[in-house]
Amino acid sequence: MSATTYRTCPRSGLQFEASAEKLMIINAVTAVVALLVGGILAIGVVLTRWPAVHWLDADTFYMVLTAHGIDMLIFWIIFFEVAVLYFCSSTLLRCRLATPKLAWAAYVLMLVGAVMNNVAVFQGGSSVMMTSYVPMMASSWFYLGLILFAVGALIACFIFFGTLVIAKRDKTYQGSVPLVTFGAITAAIIAVFTITSGAIILIPTWLMSLGVVQSVDALVYRTIWWAFGHSSQQINVAAHISIWYAVAAIAFGAKPMSERVSRMAFLLYILFLQLASAHHLLADPGVSTAWKVVNTSYFMYFAVLASMIHGLTIPGAIEVAQRAKGYNNGLFEWLRKAPWGNPVFSGMFIALIGFGFLGGISGVMMGTEQLNMIIHNTIYVPGHFHATVVVGTTLSFMALTYFLIPVLFRREMIAPTLAKWQPYLFGFSMYFFCLVMMGAGTLGVSRRHWDMAFSGAAMAYEWPGAAYLMMGLVGMSGVAAIAGGAIYIYVTVGSLLWGKKLDQGAVSEKFTPIPPTAPTVVAQSYGSAGFTAPGTFALAMVFLVAFVLYYFVNWKYLSTLWGLA
Amino acid sequence: MSAIHPPSERVWWKHPLDRVEGTWILISFIWCLVMFGMMVGWHIWGKQNLSTETYKTTPEKFSAKTQAMVDKYTVRTETADKIPVVAPPAGSDVYLIARLWSFWPILELEKGKTYRLHLTSMDYNHGFSLQPANINVQVVPGYEHVLKITPNQAGTYSVVCNEFCGINHHAMVSRIYVK
Repeated sequence: MSATTYRTCPRSGLQFEASAEKLMIINAVTAVVALLVGGILAIGVVLTRWPAVHWLDADTFYMVLTAHGIDMLIFWIIFFEVAVLYFCSSTLLRCRLATPKLAWAAYVLMLVGAVMNNVAVFQGGSSVMMTSYVPMMASSWFYLGLILFAVGALIACFIFFGTLVIAKRDKTYQGSVPLVTFGAITAAIIAVFTITSGAIILIPTWLMSLGVVQSVDALVYRTIWWAFGHSSQQINVAAHISIWYAVAAIAFGAKPMSERVSRMAFLLYILFLQLASAHHLLADPGVSTAWKVVNTSYFMYFAVLASMIHGLTIPGAIEVAQRAKGYNNGLFEWLRKAPWGNPVFSGMFIALIGFGFLGGISGVMMGTEQLNMIIHNTIYVPGHFHATVVVGTTLSFMALTYFLIPVLFRREMIAPTLAKWQPYLFGFSMYFFCLVMMGAGTLGVSRRHWDMAFSGAAMAYEWPGAAYLMMGLVGMSGVAAIAGGAIYIYVTVGSLLWGKKLDQGAVSEKFTPIPPTAPTVVAQSYGSAGFTAPGTFALAMVFLVAFVLYYFVNWKYLSTLWGLA
Repeated sequence: MSAIHPPSERVWWKHPLDRVEGTWILISFIWCLVMFGMMVGWHIWGKQNLSTETYKTTPEKFSAKTQAMVDKYTVRTETADKIPVVAPPAGSDVYLIARLWSFWPILELEKGKTYRLHLTSMDYNHGFSLQPANINVQVVPGYEHVLKITPNQAGTYSVVCNEFCGINHHAMVSRIYVK
């Protein structure tokens, strides 16, 4: 076994193993580079869809849109998630990382795959969108890049599982793994399913692009591709919810209200989240109604139930912790007195609210079998997933980064005032961006469409003026959000380059196990004194009312359409 | 200690539930059942359910059927490309081809009458986005999807392709007339 060292961070008390730390840093930094590339591409996307600007020409637009989707949804998020997985295993369990050399090989595979895919897209022959539906074909390098990346990510998942085994064997902790690690395990299990599905469909498609395989069925492709495409977003959900629990713990010392409830909710994710690939096939031929209904609802909405539980228990845990500190007046003093100037907290909380209200409600609406017909392939869909993946996942990752700059990167943050405002600028402009996109989508405006004026078409359709207005607002809020993203990158990269170096803390040859805590009376009664989080409950009821109203408004809308049977 | 530490209680699964959590789980679960019930119930009582009647097809087979309809029921042609406008009788099978980058032919239907609309694509995936009614259906090559449609308002409708299908995707738009 190679010698390694463990350092204890003086600012957080977390213990970092040397090889794991380097791998976390390199994966996180690569993720930020992918975010930078994707963010630059976003400028092209929003300035083209803003009807008054309509910047890029059609083939550049589709190329830029393809690259934007893949760089953001796959490369930025998964590189960052690998860092999160290593953090949740090696750091939180205070053990060494399993097979660091293999972890470097996984990183290199992912990097080569990501670069190969990007080069293929920017050569221009692979503007097939992230979904790359057959029989439209990209260059073979496009698929090979994705396959290499997926293999690397799969290896990283198994290194995470191996690290859990090491922690158990070396007895670095007693009892059960922390809740955050449990959430990361959920993410990794979903990732294995996801990446395997991706391999099952992308390998034959790659062979088809090489001429080895004659054809891949268009509907079979859509079915299996979405087991990869949608489930990969479920990795994000599990990962960013784990981060929310982590931030609640870091910023407030909050404990889960009930370990049992939160872990059960993660278990529901493992069991049911993957069914959601059906969301993308609701408007397709060939799949039966029963299949659609059972799958699209995660078998009676069990994964929605899980998200609604997390949505309550995370702010609930914060409320209980704040009330224990004496912020007990009224329903909301605990929330008013929260550290709103700390971007770690504000970013996480803006992500949580936006993910629930915008991403969650819209996701359930559009995932309803019949209601899907009024939004399928409209710009409502990107409106929804920018609320989940950008407001939810990306903003959570940004919030975590602000915590990691001093702790993992050992740098003092430059421009703390900018960082303080960044979650508000980015989060609220994305809220607005998602809302107006959904508004335009409700009016029918197509996604992935270069020109809503249909220039050159003999029978052009004239969208209502409101649709043009909304798309203009999409452009403006998109630019504001990109500015927010740029501040994040400036603060992060700037701190890494120019931030004052901080003390690394005591280094030891041996790990220090997590000391067991005696189960005190306080621990056993915590969060269960009766009705401990009334403010959170009130917020949850507001959420429920919004959810129910919006849901039925859309049924009303559906009932006015042409009869379909 | 907290969510980033192992639970301090070894038997955490016996930790009593707070009423905030218990109540919310119950309410959420009921809401989940309501939503599931809505989806099933709409198949029984609702009038907008997407048909799943599907056949495997080929461009040749589907073109032949469409051509037969066009030969029989064309009432006029429109645009410089002389796209036939077809007015098939109520209750009949009507065919619509999606291909790079047009729909063919133009359908003329009657309000309140039911038709069996057959959709397929000759090449890539396309979208059937009926505007301003806003009904959106995926059109997949190799599969013939049969929808039973009953237009409920007269007017000129547009059919917009809303699945990305290449460089001229934005110009792929046609019409359906309802009298």
